[in-house]
Amino acid sequence: MTQHLDRRGFLRGGLALGCSAAAFPLMTHATFASAPFDHRLVVVILRGALDGLDVIRPAGDRAFRSLRPDLGQDEGPALDDYWQLHPGLAGLMPLWKAGELGFVQAVSTPYRDQRSHFDGQDMLEAGTAMDSPPEFRREGWLNRLLADIPGARAETAFAVGREALPILSGKSPMQSWAPDTEMRVSPQGRRLLAQLYESDLPFHAAAETALELTDMLTDADPPTPAEDDEAMMAPQKVMMPDAGRANAEVAAFAEFAAARLREDTRIVALSLAGWDTHAGQEQGIRRPLARLEQLMLGLQAGLGPVWQKTAFIAMTEFGRTVRQNGTKGTDHGTGGAMITAGGAIRGGKVLGRWPGLADSDLYAGRDLMPTGDVRAVAAWVIHGLMGTDKGRLQTSVFPGLDMGANPGIV
Amino acid sequence: MTTPKGLAAHRFGYGPRAGRLPDHAPAALLGKRDRMLKVWPGQSTEQVLMKMAKDRQADRDAANPEIRRKIKRVSFMEGKRQALVNARLELARAVDSDDSYRERLVRFWADHFTVIARGASQLPMTTAFADDVIRPNITGRFATLLRAAITHPAMLTYLNQSSSVGPDSVFGQRVGRGLNENLARELLELHTLGVDGGYTQTDVRQAALLLTGLSVNVEKGTVYLDKRAEPGAETVLGKSYGGARKARIEDIYQLLDDLAVHPATARHISWKLAVHFVSDTPDRALIEDLAAIWLKTGGDLLAVSTALSEHPAANRPALEKARQPFDFIVAALRALDVGGQQITGWNDATLRRIALNPMAAMGQTWQEPNGPDGWEEDFSRWITPQALATRIDWGIQMPRRLRKTLPDARNFVDMALADMADDDLLRLVARSETGAEGVGLVLASPRFNRR
Repeated sequence: MTQHLDRRGFLRGGLALGCSAAAFPLMTHATFASAPFDHRLVVVILRGALDGLDVIRPAGDRAFRSLRPDLGQDEGPALDDYWQLHPGLAGLMPLWKAGELGFVQAVSTPYRDQRSHFDGQDMLEAGTAMDSPPEFRREGWLNRLLADIPGARAETAFAVGREALPILSGKSPMQSWAPDTEMRVSPQGRRLLAQLYESDLPFHAAAETALELTDMLTDADPPTPAEDDEAMMAPQKVMMPDAGRANAEVAAFAEFAAARLREDTRIVALSLAGWDTHAGQEQGIRRPLARLEQLMLGLQAGLGPVWQKTAFIAMTEFGRTVRQNGTKGTDHGTGGAMITAGGAIRGGKVLGRWPGLADSDLYAGRDLMPTGDVRAVAAWVIHGLMGTDKGRLQTSVFPGLDMGANPGIV
Repeated sequence: MTTPKGLAAHRFGYGPRAGRLPDHAPAALLGKRDRMLKVWPGQSTEQVLMKMAKDRQADRDAANPEIRRKIKRVSFMEGKRQALVNARLELARAVDSDDSYRERLVRFWADHFTVIARGASQLPMTTAFADDVIRPNITGRFATLLRAAITHPAMLTYLNQSSSVGPDSVFGQRVGRGLNENLARELLELHTLGVDGGYTQTDVRQAALLLTGLSVNVEKGTVYLDKRAEPGAETVLGKSYGGARKARIEDIYQLLDDLAVHPATARHISWKLAVHFVSDTPDRALIEDLAAIWLKTGGDLLAVSTALSEHPAANRPALEKARQPFDFIVAALRALDVGGQQITGWNDATLRRIALNPMAAMGQTWQEPNGPDGWEEDFSRWITPQALATRIDWGIQMPRRLRKTLPDARNFVDMALADMADDDLLRLVARSETGAEGVGLVLASPRFNRR
């Protein structure tokens, strides 16, 4: 609460002075430079349950092909003599060869049996176990991590996009933004807005961030009416889903995230949807894979030398059935895969204890047996990247987690 | 001054039209006819299917790949164009109706039974689903609505039921196709019992086996193909369904009827209604009262909806919910007195600029939620920095594009909020430098964005 009142005071002071970025003392580079640590962490939530077995294929397991006669026929690049990458991610092979791309197989959250996307994602983002106390369930583990970072401030962590990102929401201040947002308000309008929201905290906090970010990201002067009308005449975005729009959006997210990370942001969270491939998976998984690949390559390109200090982890709510279903897709499963990338990780390996695909190896006779915890992987990455204490990770960030042995990802 | 009448119109409807409040209680017209389908009629499911069948035939008749590509392109564009026509119609109905609670309930149930088009040619089906499944059934029994929703081509296609086949059915054995659990799982988890409703993975699988046979044919719409249906009986929640020599669609109806009046369903949907209309953390008493009415009346949605709007716990003055982006746009258009006649006259670019692009930027892409669970309810989901920035921007920029003369900002407080207006807002608006910003402040105000 104290934090909030301080920020409110800051807003009022800033607004009273005017609207240029210079009037926001906290937004200057001098203060930004005192970032709490120098590494960068990007966490991507893959919504809809990524089929880890199709993306990182156990081609060396003799049972694999027969379990999925209609999937994985499109040969992808070999990662080693056992694992094969989905051809839709072939563009990442240079990263693999450079040791900047890795995978973890047969991992899951502690979520079991009900296989609901929505509860699965809640648990993934809360970082909780089935029996965690309720106060942990309503906030994201990345937000709890912020509380443990000395000197963390709102701009240390960014949620990028229009989607809600529970993984980063909670008590600690953070920012969220979509790159194409516009807000054209006069200085007087800003003062009145500040008063309008004075007694409504959620509106107040959202508007405050919106004002800070529009100032930081765009020219602080509101456009003249002429420019404004011209902008209106520009070609409009199309409304319906198509590859062009989706990919342009991912490219914009990557560019925006990279720009923030080159400056003072240390943690970025975002989400990619579209992994729920119940039918016709061979075709259906290609578009989300293309977006994921574009995101990763866009980040790498945008980050430049900062890529070397960056760890990227992509995680999903659960895996999918080991056998293909009756409609050339896969249904909700348990064990899945994680993707890691960045110059800060030690890639070039498929980690995780591989449980095998024989009937007796499967979870509930249908799913890949989870042999590791998604949260432990994330915790080891954070531990290696930021030096966060293991005890803190196992209690306050991921309550009740046993991190186990260091898999050596970072 | 907040009055009960003003609050009810704000919470259960879309607020006043240019300051005028309806002179009836929210649920008063629910028992009467839905006039909006007559005023702004759209395409029926049959018409959409006919168009899809025609496109398919043209594709088959195409003499060469060049012509085939051309046909595909045309049908893609036509699907998109029709979807834009539909968006105008749905906005026009929401804006023009005096029966706003009905319009809000249409959105609630269309969201409860979310269907998302796969590909442009299916886009027009989403509105046809709302018109043919949701609108006629939201004041009847839930069992009727459930049956209509689950067996509609849009649902069967979206959740892959149309391609699910009983592994031991005649067809399954012959072509080696099998089961897809998608619809069965969401039927139990989202549409009826709820994730805590006491079912297991075995129930999901058994329900999936029972649902086999339901399929879609572009010429005939929904069909039941007993050759695809899994033979034998299936047991869901301890009750056995089917098992006659020939599989029958009636066995599926029996399961849906049972699920519709299951206590877990009554509780789950009562909770959902209370969350949608009243609070992210609704009173237990409210949920329990609604669930009790549900069970007593066998899932009579008129009784349940009426009870919700009249319940004391649903009529407290605290505005806990955020208007979702569609509701924001509709309420703003009503406040500005922009009617259906004007909306249906917009060209595609105007529709996108005024409604669809801003809705997307506010976090709600029209007819495209992320998944079958539809749009989130949490207040924090909608009042984010980027979404609020877009609401503020819309409030300042759009009204002057929508009206020849902008209303006086001080009068606009009353046009937008009527009995919900407050003096502080009026004073603040009076201090804005331009009329556009004054109007914008009203539309950006917590009062207008909460309900």
